[in-house]
Amino acid sequence: MSDIRELYQEVILHHSKSPRNFGSLDDANRHAEGHNPLCGDQLTLGLIVEDGTVREVRFQGEGCAISTASASVMTDLVRGKSEQEVRALSDAFLELITGDAEPDLDALGKLAVFAGAREFPVRVKCATLAWRTLEAALQNDGQAVTTE
Amino acid sequence: MKTETRTSSSFDVEKIRLDFPALHQEVHGKPLVYLDNAATSQKPRAVIDAITHFYERDCANVHRGVHTLSMRATESYEGAREKLKRFLNASSRKEIVFLRGTTEALNLVAQSWARPRLKPGDEIVLSRLEHHSNIVPWQILCEQTGAVLKVVPLNEHGEFELEAYRELLGERTRLVSVAHVSNALGSILPLEQIVADAHRVGAKVAVDGAQAVPHGPVDVQALDVDFYCISSHKMYGPTGIGCLYAKQELLEAMPPYQGGGDMIASVRFEGTTYNELPYKFEAGTPNIAGVIGFGAAVDYLASIDFAAAIEHENSLLEHATDLVGSLPGVRILGTAEHKVSVLSWVMQSAHPHDVGTILDQEGIAVRTGHHCAQPVMERFGVPATVRASFGIYNTHGELEALARGLEQVRKVFS
Ligand SMILES: Cc1ncc(COP(=O)(O)O)c(C=O)c1O
Repeated sequence: MSDIRELYQEVILHHSKSPRNFGSLDDANRHAEGHNPLCGDQLTLGLIVEDGTVREVRFQGEGCAISTASASVMTDLVRGKSEQEVRALSDAFLELITGDAEPDLDALGKLAVFAGAREFPVRVKCATLAWRTLEAALQNDGQAVTTE
Repeated sequence: MKTETRTSSSFDVEKIRLDFPALHQEVHGKPLVYLDNAATSQKPRAVIDAITHFYERDCANVHRGVHTLSMRATESYEGAREKLKRFLNASSRKEIVFLRGTTEALNLVAQSWARPRLKPGDEIVLSRLEHHSNIVPWQILCEQTGAVLKVVPLNEHGEFELEAYRELLGERTRLVSVAHVSNALGSILPLEQIVADAHRVGAKVAVDGAQAVPHGPVDVQALDVDFYCISSHKMYGPTGIGCLYAKQELLEAMPPYQGGGDMIASVRFEGTTYNELPYKFEAGTPNIAGVIGFGAAVDYLASIDFAAAIEHENSLLEHATDLVGSLPGVRILGTAEHKVSVLSWVMQSAHPHDVGTILDQEGIAVRTGHHCAQPVMERFGVPATVRASFGIYNTHGELEALARGLEQVRKVFS
C-alpha cells in the first residue's frame, strides 16, 4: 500500500473530494476544454485575464481523483499570477510529472504532492490534463485539447 | 468451503490454468488475477506452440509455392479455415474469410456489401449497446451513401428493447447490425427474434460476435444470420486475426474489399478476373501464423469440456455479482436476465480509473473506461465503469481477491 499512498496523498484525496474553484465562470474571457479519452475525463476551464494577470479561474467536469485534484490545486495557485508566472509554474509541473530530472520540490511548493504520479505512467495524463487545458486557454485558440 | 460448493464438479479449473503460461506470474509482488478477458484473453500453450511451430518449421508463403514448406503452410492455413467453418457451423469453407478481426469484418460488410447497394434514405438499424467498431463504419457508410442510422434503445437492465426494435423496422430497413453480446454490460441479445423480424422486412443481419464466441457455441446456420464477425484474441487465440462468416450467395455478389495479390485469378491491363471465394476477399499475404494460431484456439476449445467451462464462468459471474454488489456505494450496470460473465460497475467513493490503479497494485487486472461503447455509458449517465470479465481459467479465489482489492479502494477513499 505504500506505493498507492504516494500517489493518493491526503492533499490529493482532499482536493478530489472537495475541489476548489469548481463551477462555471460567467464573465470568463478565456476558455478551453480538455479530454482524456483513455478514462473519459473531461474538463472545462474558464478564466478572467486582465492586463496579463489571471484574476479569476474556475473549472467544471468529471474526472478521476488525480485529474480533479490537479485542477483544484492548479486553479488555487494561478489566481493572481501573471501569465508569465503561470507558464513558468506550468512548465515546472510538467517537468515534475514527465521529466527525468530530479524535481525542484521547493519551487513547486504545493504541486510537489503530485510527484507520485511519475511512478504511474498511465496516470500521468490525468495529472497533466488541467495544466494542458490551461495552456490552451491562455493561448485562447479555442481548440479542445486531448491527452491522446 | 465456498469455492468447492460453487464450482461444478466436472470442471477442473486448476488443470485449465496449467494450460495458460501467462497466468503464473506476479504483478507488484502479488499473484496475477487477470480479469480483463473481454479486452483480450490469455493464450493457452497449444496456441503459442502452434505459432512457434509455424515459424520454426513451416514458414513459407501460402497458395503460391510448389515447394514443401509452402505446401505445409498452405495446408495448415486452409486447415484452420476448415476448423473455423466447423466452429461456426458454416455450410462451406468458402464462407469463412480471414481478416484482422471483428473491426475489419464489419468494415468489409459496410464497404463491400452495403456501399454499392444502399440509397439515400435507406435505413440501417443498430442498437445502443454497440462497440464503436459497429457504429463508426456505418456512420462512414451513411456519409458515403445518404443512408440513415436507427438506434434501438436499452432498458434499465441494459437489455435490447425488442418492441422498440420492431417499431423501427420498415420497408426502408436494409440492414440490421447488432452485437450478439455486449462488451460493456455482458447482455446477450435475442438474436433469433432479431433475425426473424429483420428477414420479414427483407433486411439482412450482420452480427458482431466478438464477445459471444468465447462464451458458448455459435451456429450461424441455426441463427440464420447473414454476416457474423469474430476476433480470435477474445477466444484464447492470437491478436490481429479474426474472420467474417457470410452466406455464400452474398459473398458471390459482393465486389472485393481490397485489391492485390492472392485475390485474383488473372490480371491484365485490359481487366482483372477475381479469384474464387473466399480468396476474393483475402488480398495480399495473410497473417498466416495468426490464422494457424486461431485454428489452434478452436482446437483448444474443442479439447476441453466447453459446456462445463461456461457453467463455471456463470457461477463466477453470480459469485462476483454477489460480492461486488454487496459493497456499499456500488452500482452495477448491466443486469440483463441473459448475460455472459462480464461485470461492470461504478463506485460512489472512487472514479473507475482510480479503482483500476489501486487494483493493479494488488495484481488485479480489470478494465476501466468507456469500453469503446460511449453510447452505453451515456445511457447510464456515467463517463466510465470498472469492468471485470471472467474467462474459463478464473477462480472463485480470484473473486475473493477482487473483493479484498475493492476493500482497499474503500479504505483509500474513505
Ligand atoms: C463487442 C466488440 N465488438 C468489436 C470489437 C473489436 O474487436 P477487434 O478489436 O478485435 O477488431 C470488440 C473488442 O474490442 C468488442 O468487444
